[in-house]
Amino acid sequence: MRALLWRDLRLAVRAGGGFGLSLAFFLIVCTLVPFGVGAGGGQLSRIAPGILWVGALLACLLSLDRIFALDHEDGSLDLLATAPLPLEGVVAIKALAHWLVTGLPLVVFSPLLGVLLHLPDAAQIWLVLSLLIGTPALSMLGAFGAAITVGLRRGGLLMSLLVLPLYVPTLIFGAEMVRRGAIGLDVTTPLVFLAGITLATLALVPFAAAAALRVNLR
Amino acid sequence: MSIWEYANPVKFLRTSGTVLPWIVAGAALCTIGGLVWGFLTPDDYRQGSTVKIVFLHVPAALMAINAWLMMLVASLIWLIRRHHVSALAAKAAAPVGAVMTLIALITGAIWGQPMWGTWWEWDPRLTSFLVLFLFYLGYMALWEAIEDPDSAADLTGLLCLVGSVFALLSRYAVNFWNQGLHQGASLSVAPGERMSAIYRYPLYLSMLGFFLLFLALVLIRTRTEIRRRRLAALLAREHRA
Amino acid sequence: MSLISVRDLAVVRGGLRVIEGLDFDIPAGQALVLRGPNGAGKTTLLRTLAGLQPAVAGEIICPPESIAYAGHADGLKPALTVAENLSFWSAVFGGPGSGPALSAMNLTELAARPAHTLSAGQKRRLGLARLMVTGRAVWLLDEPTVSLDTASVALFADMLRAHLASGGAALIATHIDLGLAEISTLDLTAYRAQPGRKPARPAGFNEAFA
Repeated sequence: MRALLWRDLRLAVRAGGGFGLSLAFFLIVCTLVPFGVGAGGGQLSRIAPGILWVGALLACLLSLDRIFALDHEDGSLDLLATAPLPLEGVVAIKALAHWLVTGLPLVVFSPLLGVLLHLPDAAQIWLVLSLLIGTPALSMLGAFGAAITVGLRRGGLLMSLLVLPLYVPTLIFGAEMVRRGAIGLDVTTPLVFLAGITLATLALVPFAAAAALRVNLR
Repeated sequence: MSIWEYANPVKFLRTSGTVLPWIVAGAALCTIGGLVWGFLTPDDYRQGSTVKIVFLHVPAALMAINAWLMMLVASLIWLIRRHHVSALAAKAAAPVGAVMTLIALITGAIWGQPMWGTWWEWDPRLTSFLVLFLFYLGYMALWEAIEDPDSAADLTGLLCLVGSVFALLSRYAVNFWNQGLHQGASLSVAPGERMSAIYRYPLYLSMLGFFLLFLALVLIRTRTEIRRRRLAALLAREHRA
Repeated sequence: MSLISVRDLAVVRGGLRVIEGLDFDIPAGQALVLRGPNGAGKTTLLRTLAGLQPAVAGEIICPPESIAYAGHADGLKPALTVAENLSFWSAVFGGPGSGPALSAMNLTELAARPAHTLSAGQKRRLGLARLMVTGRAVWLLDEPTVSLDTASVALFADMLRAHLASGGAALIATHIDLGLAEISTLDLTAYRAQPGRKPARPAGFNEAFA
């Protein structure tokens, strides 16, 4: 398992691995939004939580097809399925690698983008915390979508259609948490729901994703 | 004799062929009857004649949710007991459910315009129906995208399972996110909030009609799917020989 | 004692049985070569034995975790070096180190090269060297000699001979003669599934609805 994690991380940082791409995408989204809606009148700070969360979600979505597609193409997935690792474990490790490569950088750099979007200082801590709690669920659900579409030639667009509705609860609670933090309300309820969704996702979705992979390897 | 015998495609075709005309007739009678009766009811003292769209809106919304439930049950039967007809029935129900969702959304918008002064409001019920519609779209797109029927049945079954959990979660998340304008359940059992009998009976009839309509459409579509599969199977056998 | 036995096996491709009633045993130190025209079900049989797809009938008797499968694709990561590719699979399978495997397939000099700079034949050699680091007894090989030159085929035959001599076994789908005394052949044409019979347990939509 550790060897698989190391391999995936090493592949991500080597040439063509796409490390940092989603971070750059996140930055671009957050730069474009003020051009679209205007920067004055304090409206940016009002919509900043939503923009930041939607941006993080899209940045995460962008790199999902790499989770399994490359391994399926070069035959590694067949070999991993015959290896003495449970396929559920393989899914979990690959989702973890995806999170370390795309989710964690987003979490770390989000305060910077929060400043760009005039997010109130009080909400910064909640932004980081909500992304830290919520993005692992995004990676795991993405792994499920990637597992379902892995055998398809042009699965990318279809995968977005399958995965984005699954992101709705996480997005709602995550953005709500930041919004409440920004206006000084209690954030406990969305925090608990967000954490609950993430934990349940991490515990159950690997089984569904592994089942989908088995079907696609037949 | 067990109920599973109906999972045999030949038996299913024969039995559904006999009952189908009756269901179609019942659906036509109840739907048209319910809608006409509903149209002839007097205007509501608060909502005026706009209330009459309820006879279309509520049954469609009801069947939109029930169609997904039926798909969930059929998918589970397929994943657990591997009855092929069950998988095809789930596939057949999806477009019907999606159209029901669309009817509920559109009639809701038409009703909302005079009532709330806007075509679309990000109200929890409307929003969760929109999310449900997205789930239907994804499910149908997945069926279309996969060529091998066995893989397609398995993967869409899995998607239906996971999607059901998240559709339910979305429902509560959306509720939490925005307490809306939408009125409570139309057939609430709480006293004092009940619809008057004048509206209630045509609504019941219309609901029955939509249920039969759904049943008839799903049966017809399932029969078509079975025949398509049989055609594909015969071709595959010929290619192999 | 046989390392892998198959009893009355039926395997499926595209929702239809391709092979039925297959029986064979491969004892330790022996290799079996599968023959048969295209579409006879060689790849399907190997994937079924590897556990990548379920068998619809019959049983496969072999000790757990004793099978190493090598298909058409080599499972190499172009961005990793030859040595890194091998040591990854060695770590995943918990097998022996990659040194002997590298020298057996004459890859020692290429060890530090990234896999994307290798030629097709060199990649294939690396893919075959992977079998040695799995440390597993039963090798299932699907057309192992594709894109290998004569010298490399000889290298592979030597590696296979050493594996069999150390008590391993192999099932190989190939059309070339490896020149090994330990090899017997099995023609799959005889086990071709008969269409028309309605099986008790349909393998897929194509059998359930025909």
